[in-house]
Amino acid sequence: MNNIIEVSNLVKTFETGRGFLAKNKKIIQAVDDISFTIPKGESLGLVGQSGCGKTTTARALCLLDPKTSGSIKFYNNETKIMDNLDELKDEELKSFRRNTQMIFQDPYESLNPRWTIKDIILEPLNIHNLGTLSDRLEAVVEILKTVGLTPPENYLPRYPHELSGGQRQRVSIARALIMNPKFVICDEPTSMLDVSIRISIMDLMLDLAKELNVSYLYITHDLAVARYMCNRIAVMFNGKIVEIAKTEELLSNPTHPYTKRLISSIPVPDPSYTRVEYEVDFTELDQIIKSNNKNLPMVDIGDEHFVATHDVKDLLI
Amino acid sequence: MNKIDSEKEIQKQHRREIINKNISLFKSNKIGMTGLIIIILFGFLALLSPVLFLSGLWDQKTYHPVVGYDSIESSITVIECPKTYPTAKYESKELCPAENERELNIVKPFNPGVEVGDQLTVYLQPAPPSSKHILGTDSLGRDVFSQIMKGSQVAFLLGLLSAIVGVSISTFLGSIAAYWGGSVDAYLMRQSDLVLMLPSLPLLFIISAFAELQVWHLALVLGIIGGLGGSVITIKSQALQVKVKPFVDAARITGGSRMKILTSHILPNVAPLALLFMVFSVTGAIASESVLSFLGLINIDMSWGLMISVAQSDGYMNQGLEYWWLVIPAGLAVTLLAGGFYLVGRGLDDVFNPRLRKR
Amino acid sequence: MKTILEVDNLNMHYETLEGNVVAVKNVSFTVAKGESFGLVGESGCGKSSVAAALLQLQAENAVITNGSILVNDTELVGMSEKSLRKIRWNTISIVFQGAMNSWNPVIKIGEQIREAIREHFPENSKSENLNKIYELFDIVGLQHTTIDRYPHELSGGMKQRAMIALALSCNPDMVIADEPTTALDVVIQDQILKEIKKIQKLLGLSLIYISHDIAVIAEMTDNMAVMYAGHIIEKGPTKLLFNNPQHSYTKLLLESTPSIVGSKIKLRALEGEPPSLINITDKCAFSPRCPEPSKDCKDGIISMKLIEKDQDHWVDQCCVNCG
Repeated sequence: MNNIIEVSNLVKTFETGRGFLAKNKKIIQAVDDISFTIPKGESLGLVGQSGCGKTTTARALCLLDPKTSGSIKFYNNETKIMDNLDELKDEELKSFRRNTQMIFQDPYESLNPRWTIKDIILEPLNIHNLGTLSDRLEAVVEILKTVGLTPPENYLPRYPHELSGGQRQRVSIARALIMNPKFVICDEPTSMLDVSIRISIMDLMLDLAKELNVSYLYITHDLAVARYMCNRIAVMFNGKIVEIAKTEELLSNPTHPYTKRLISSIPVPDPSYTRVEYEVDFTELDQIIKSNNKNLPMVDIGDEHFVATHDVKDLLI
Repeated sequence: MNKIDSEKEIQKQHRREIINKNISLFKSNKIGMTGLIIIILFGFLALLSPVLFLSGLWDQKTYHPVVGYDSIESSITVIECPKTYPTAKYESKELCPAENERELNIVKPFNPGVEVGDQLTVYLQPAPPSSKHILGTDSLGRDVFSQIMKGSQVAFLLGLLSAIVGVSISTFLGSIAAYWGGSVDAYLMRQSDLVLMLPSLPLLFIISAFAELQVWHLALVLGIIGGLGGSVITIKSQALQVKVKPFVDAARITGGSRMKILTSHILPNVAPLALLFMVFSVTGAIASESVLSFLGLINIDMSWGLMISVAQSDGYMNQGLEYWWLVIPAGLAVTLLAGGFYLVGRGLDDVFNPRLRKR
Repeated sequence: MKTILEVDNLNMHYETLEGNVVAVKNVSFTVAKGESFGLVGESGCGKSSVAAALLQLQAENAVITNGSILVNDTELVGMSEKSLRKIRWNTISIVFQGAMNSWNPVIKIGEQIREAIREHFPENSKSENLNKIYELFDIVGLQHTTIDRYPHELSGGMKQRAMIALALSCNPDMVIADEPTTALDVVIQDQILKEIKKIQKLLGLSLIYISHDIAVIAEMTDNMAVMYAGHIIEKGPTKLLFNNPQHSYTKLLLESTPSIVGSKIKLRALEGEPPSLINITDKCAFSPRCPEPSKDCKDGIISMKLIEKDQDHWVDQCCVNCG
């Protein structure tokens, strides 16, 4: 088995309206039947605008919020088969939790302000009771060196508010990677950092991915960042994946109107470059997508490049 | 082993640094410091009386706040007031009899055989402040200053006990309501609404009618009523804010149990707010006690409220400020100590809420 | 080309408990009529402080120690509040960072814009104002019905457009846009940027565009200045700076921005942290993080000063001598 995670027909709906007697109960399809796989050691970028469902997908994948329907299968290192997350029992669930972690967007809110850095990074080891206390402390010191926070002794007793945004994000990365997980979900980890610091964090994550053979699900609204970090990119719009392909293939040969519109709206750091203009009406697009049969599979247009099919043939120019 | 030790050392030193920083921050806050000084003063008073008694400086028979007795002697002249004014000695009717004089017809029933011009010895009760009793004595001959000190002990005991009980309850319930949500939350909120609806003072009257309340009974009752009330809602909203933070998500993803997350993540972040509540609720507790003992609803030997109550029921308050030492020290003590705790709370708020700081 | 704005040797610091935080040091630049000028830098570099100073809206504890700001040849530094209120919005206006949250939630959008117009044109009749607002909405691409809406009824993009309408409401000569599209999706950002460009051409506006995103600066501006730790370290025509960056920091900024066009290259990271702005000295603020500092620079011998390298292209003298 080559994949670390396989998602099929994932759906997550929310209901609005309060209480039993609410009148206008609306059902919001935050994630509307999406499927994708991530091979071991590779990274998938999940790109889309705010509200498209990418964070909801991430939270469903790590069992933070329950999904409404669909299946998520995760590779079990012991048995060498894909386990369905719904059917995991205690030991297997623990193993899943050791192997799945998340790095968050906000460096200021993702660390408990009352805990020291040492306690923050120790927490996963404590929860899973791995090794003796001195083993754990050694692991903490090692991971601090790996993420570039040296000398480690300087950082262990500190509190988060004494560190900069970039340093805090490194602590988050250390906490996520200390148990050597196989799958890490990254929810826009660099968007709140200064521009000059982003690359060092992204390079760190890329190096660690190679070294530890970790797969990332990299969530971002910035296609340029997704290009830098990921082998494949999936584009989401209103809860659906509209296009998914290898990174360079997607950027050089975008097919879905939404992808084209997205690419055409990204500013380029070159004053002499003129962007290709591409306009599409989003409400129209959304209506067309929703009015179609949900069971239509994505169309394979070659080289592992899939596009969602709808009756938008006249827009597909 | 050495590495762990040295690392522990660094951590201890680091914690010390942070505590020192917080202390200096609090010190620079004038309001908080004023409150703290007041509290320390009253604390000193509370601890002073056992020292005075045990060391023998004060004789229990004379100075005990409840059963002490001292009589102050004073000598008066018996006179008879003239019928018409003004005279050589007295300008008007109000000035007769003067300070150390009594009229013959008042004194005669108790001292037969007395004549105008005689010197009588009387015992002053209550006695005004003198070198022997710096705040005078009350109507039973007991030293007022000693009573103030005893009242200080009562106030501290009551205030702190009820505050700790109350805040423990509300922090626990508020955090559970926030983290468990659902029907647990719904129930706890309705319970809080119910307690909020009930007027606390009449409730205390009713409770005291059923059971004879002593100080620590009252402390528990005040604590429980306070703890189940509105503070649950405020603590819950704070806990809710913590619950949605990413570091709680991180702990959940890693597989932390609900209880562990509650105690290690949510409670420590709710603690500053709880501490603040605690300090403020001491204020309320001290004030409540003085009202309740003023109304005679507590079975207590001595407290500030009781001092005022006795003064009032004996009629000394009707005489204006003539017997001020029976009322003003006790009233001032309640106000100052309750206010002192409030000021400390405001000072602590500054430490915990960086946004409120000046710059 | 008429000069609308001339900033000369502006110096500003904030007084705090820990000392004086120098936010703006020796900043000079000019903006001509119809020109679009970009101010680029990371958080804490001082660009927002400059924006605030241009409208004399700096914080209570901010002190302008020296320098001048000439708007249409009128000196703004030291001007009375009364006179400043005549200039604000009439001559220069601003679209703030996070402008979407700058609307009063309990007053309708139209009323808030009307308030601004009334301040400067009290003799206008009600219908004149109404027509003016309709005109503005047409320019920014909002429907006329928006005039009766409350802020919470609009989306982020619509609120931002309304902000731009507000900034244009008194026919200013110059608009300052301080990161106007930060919280918006990239598609909406694109629409807003196109609007701004269109408006600029239509009305002959001068624009100061402040951002940390050099891609946006590349597309939107004719001239630009790069700020670091309160100093301008390089300035000149945008095309020139992008094709031939001279300062190490500028080069690193360009090389650390991922792009979706061009071949995929390994980007360069910038090590270290931005410097503390308290009690800064004259020596180069960037030298601790410079990848190839010269000896003089590291020893602190060279002080910071802009010198003109090519036509209109100014670079801090430290990097000119590095090479």
